[in-house]
Amino acid sequence: MALHALTIHELQEMLAKGRVSAVEVARDVLDRIAKVEDKVRAYITFDRELTLEQAEAADKKLKNGTGGSLCGIPLSIKDVLCTEGMRTTCGSRILKNFVPPYDATSVVKLKQADAVLVGKVAMDEFAMGSTSENCAFGPPKNPWNIDYICGGSSGGSAASVAADECIASLGTDTGGSIRQPASHCGVVGLKPTYGRVSRYGLVAFASSLDQIGPLTKDVTDCALMMNVISGYDANDSTSVPREVPDFRNSLKDGLHGLKIGIPKEYFIEGLDPEVESNVHKGIETLRDAGAEIVEVSLPHTDYCVAVYYLIAPAEASSNLARYDGVKYGFRDMSSETLLDMYKNTRSQGFGDEVKRRIIIGTYALSSGYYDAYYKKASQVRTLITEDYRKAFENCDVLVSPVTPTPAWKLAEKIDDPLSVYLSDILTISANLAGIPGISVPCGFSAKGLPIGLQIQGAHFQEEKLLNVAYNLEQGLNISRLRPNNL
Amino acid sequence: MKITPEEISHVADLARLRLSSDEVEAMAGQLGDILSYVAKLNELDTEGIPPMTHAISIVNAFREDEVKPSLDREKILSNGPQQDGESFVVPRII
Repeated sequence: MALHALTIHELQEMLAKGRVSAVEVARDVLDRIAKVEDKVRAYITFDRELTLEQAEAADKKLKNGTGGSLCGIPLSIKDVLCTEGMRTTCGSRILKNFVPPYDATSVVKLKQADAVLVGKVAMDEFAMGSTSENCAFGPPKNPWNIDYICGGSSGGSAASVAADECIASLGTDTGGSIRQPASHCGVVGLKPTYGRVSRYGLVAFASSLDQIGPLTKDVTDCALMMNVISGYDANDSTSVPREVPDFRNSLKDGLHGLKIGIPKEYFIEGLDPEVESNVHKGIETLRDAGAEIVEVSLPHTDYCVAVYYLIAPAEASSNLARYDGVKYGFRDMSSETLLDMYKNTRSQGFGDEVKRRIIIGTYALSSGYYDAYYKKASQVRTLITEDYRKAFENCDVLVSPVTPTPAWKLAEKIDDPLSVYLSDILTISANLAGIPGISVPCGFSAKGLPIGLQIQGAHFQEEKLLNVAYNLEQGLNISRLRPNNL
Repeated sequence: MKITPEEISHVADLARLRLSSDEVEAMAGQLGDILSYVAKLNELDTEGIPPMTHAISIVNAFREDEVKPSLDREKILSNGPQQDGESFVVPRII
């Protein structure tokens, strides 16, 4: 198999044994990008020379045995994470030329592990979207069929992994933005528990919901990435001081003694029959691995979209107030007063979806409406969180679909924001409650588009998620499949 | 739910956005649809339910009031659209 098609764990072994060099791996990945990027369009910024320089440095460390756990492994980073000296746009015109003066903590950790950071990948602007079509620099295309969306907002992350344009990627998830594109692109995507991974250097969208997580080719790689990026960070006041286990210990065969809860409200009316049948096949695979399957209820599921589309825009309207043209980013230089500068800068710099959400959020927080909208949504958020707590009294993890349908065609829903919002119904609740969730490939539609299965767990139970995910992957044996028409 | 163009313009002003009349029109329609949808939250009785703002129950993260290294002034100014080596320069405020 070509080097670019391998996993982190396979390359780790080859690099450690000296069977291949980091420069050879980097070259192979760069050649792959040169071959398919015209079709996939995953990258916003990448630097061939810088990639090879990092690979050379990695080779030196491999030689003296001082390399970190990801030494020489080429990764892509969602363009919402600050990378010192490398342009970080958040998919927006307003940050088109912004070069961060510091690295996000998760990026620091990847560098400390000696990973090779290839470049920054496409996303919905400021992480607002579920298709990555809101990227100011053009949408990435689904490597399984380039007429279809990748999902979002971590579309570039999912696409670059699925197309072997990197070995793994770092994405972010606020309402499903790791899990949904992972499902649409046939890769593994994990949203950790809120507070598990530091948000320092993550350009904020909704501060009580945002989390950083890995997108990988298999579950083992996911565990390896989680080992590197997790952990307390004093720079993030929401970072939780909790010990990080070695997630590789979760990669064990057999689920005897484990109870899997199937939330009945997730099998909604609009659920695509192919999604349903593939997820049921996945559930049977888990039963075969020894798990007990029980039905549970998350009664407030139907309200989660309404809650999210009040809370997230409200938090965003506050977080995006900083884009005012004063200290960084685009500024309308023709404005003569400060107020004009603010208005012109923001109006020219932001895309439609961002403006829409800022308007929704500002409205929901404004005087006279705060109680009816934001406060009400926050109260229902408590009810949703309580649903999970009760469900986990009767099971260890929850298994369900990730999205109601497989990927749809590019531009198909571009004028219907509400219908796109509704498609987030199965992923949103995890962010509202702060619990972890993982998407694992479990099949394909008749059209050849990937379908994922979602596993959710209680706070800080990523080990259980990885254990179940690992057994699903072993049972289904589809993780080696790659798009074959690029 | 009907949102008037005037309400949109007012909110846009609060958010320091300038929208064209076409944008205001479109936004009024879309916001109306979205607010009609989120009104379903009123089906739920939330009397006495505490609002949730923090996903994980943690206390404020304080540190000792000690001076620690910060970022270089030069680095901070480096992305400034207009700066004079000391501060960011902006149009007249008053």
